[in-house]
Amino acid sequence: MMAERVRVRTMMPPGHVRTPAYLRGKTGTVERALGRFGNPEELAYGRATDTRELYRVRFTMSEIWGKDAERSTDTVDAEIFAHWLDRLED
Amino acid sequence: MPHDHPSHEGISPSGHPYRNDNDTPLSYWQTMEIAMRELLIEKGVTTAEEIALQIDAMDARSPANGAAVVARAWTDPAFKARLLDDASAASREMGFDIGPLRLIAVENTETVHNVIVCTLCSCYPRNLLGLPPDWYKSRAYRSRTVRAPRKVLREFGLDLPDDVTVRVHDSTADMRYIVLPQRPAGTDSLSEAALAQLVTRDSMIGTGLPRAPA
Repeated sequence: MMAERVRVRTMMPPGHVRTPAYLRGKTGTVERALGRFGNPEELAYGRATDTRELYRVRFTMSEIWGKDAERSTDTVDAEIFAHWLDRLED
Repeated sequence: MPHDHPSHEGISPSGHPYRNDNDTPLSYWQTMEIAMRELLIEKGVTTAEEIALQIDAMDARSPANGAAVVARAWTDPAFKARLLDDASAASREMGFDIGPLRLIAVENTETVHNVIVCTLCSCYPRNLLGLPPDWYKSRAYRSRTVRAPRKVLREFGLDLPDDVTVRVHDSTADMRYIVLPQRPAGTDSLSEAALAQLVTRDSMIGTGLPRAPA
C-alpha cells in the first residue's frame, strides 16, 4: 500500500524516462492509483518488461516553483511510476 | 540583370507570401518510415489500402466525438458518473472506437479549472478529439503551461478569478485526459445535439470554455 505522501526520486538515468525533470525531488500526494503498466524505460528499447504500479501524483505549484509560483495552491497532476517514488513517513 | 523567371521572393500578385518548395532532403526518420512501410507491404504484413484506411480513420476523428460525450454528461447524470469513473468505458458505451486509450475525464466546477498538457511530447486523446492543434505540440505551450498556467490561459482569452483553483494535468505516461467543462448557463431548454454544438475543442483541453448559447 503506497503512502499518501510521496517524493519523486532525484536520479537522472539516461534513456527513455517518463518522469519529468521538473518534478524530480518534489513532494506530492497520491491522487489515485492507476494499476500496473509496462515500464517505458524498458519498452522503449523493445525489451520485455515486467509491469510497474503507476500513480497520479498531485503537486502544489509552491512545491514545484517555490516563491516564483504563479499561485501557490494551484496544482500539477502527473503520472509517476512506483520505482520513481519514495514513501514519506508522517 | 533581369531574371528569366518571375521571382518567388516576397508577395504574390494576389497578395499572399510565397512559400518555399520543400526541396530539402528527407530526414533520417522520414527515410526510416518509408523503408519500414515499404518492407511491411512487401512482406505482406500490411497493404497500402490498409494504411490509407487507417489514415482516413484518424482524419475522420474530430472534436465532435468528444463534444458528444460532454453533451451526454451534461444531460445524463448517470452517464456523467460513469464518465468520471472510467472515461474509456463511457466513451465506448457511446460507440466511439477509442482503441486501447486509457482516458480520464476531469471535471470543471465553480472552484476548479482543469487544463491538459504533455510536457514530455504531445500525448493527446486522439481517438476522441482527433489530431491535436499545432500549438499543443509547441515547446512554448508544453513548458509554460506547468510553469504559469494562468498567464497561458489569459493568452487564450480565459481570465480565471482567484477563487478558482487551476489544476494542470501533465500526461506523462499511459493516461490521456479530457476536460469535462461546465455546462453554460441558459441552456436548460437545449437538446443534447444542440448542447454538443457549444462544446469546443479548446474547452475539452481546458484552454477555453464552451460557447454561450445563441
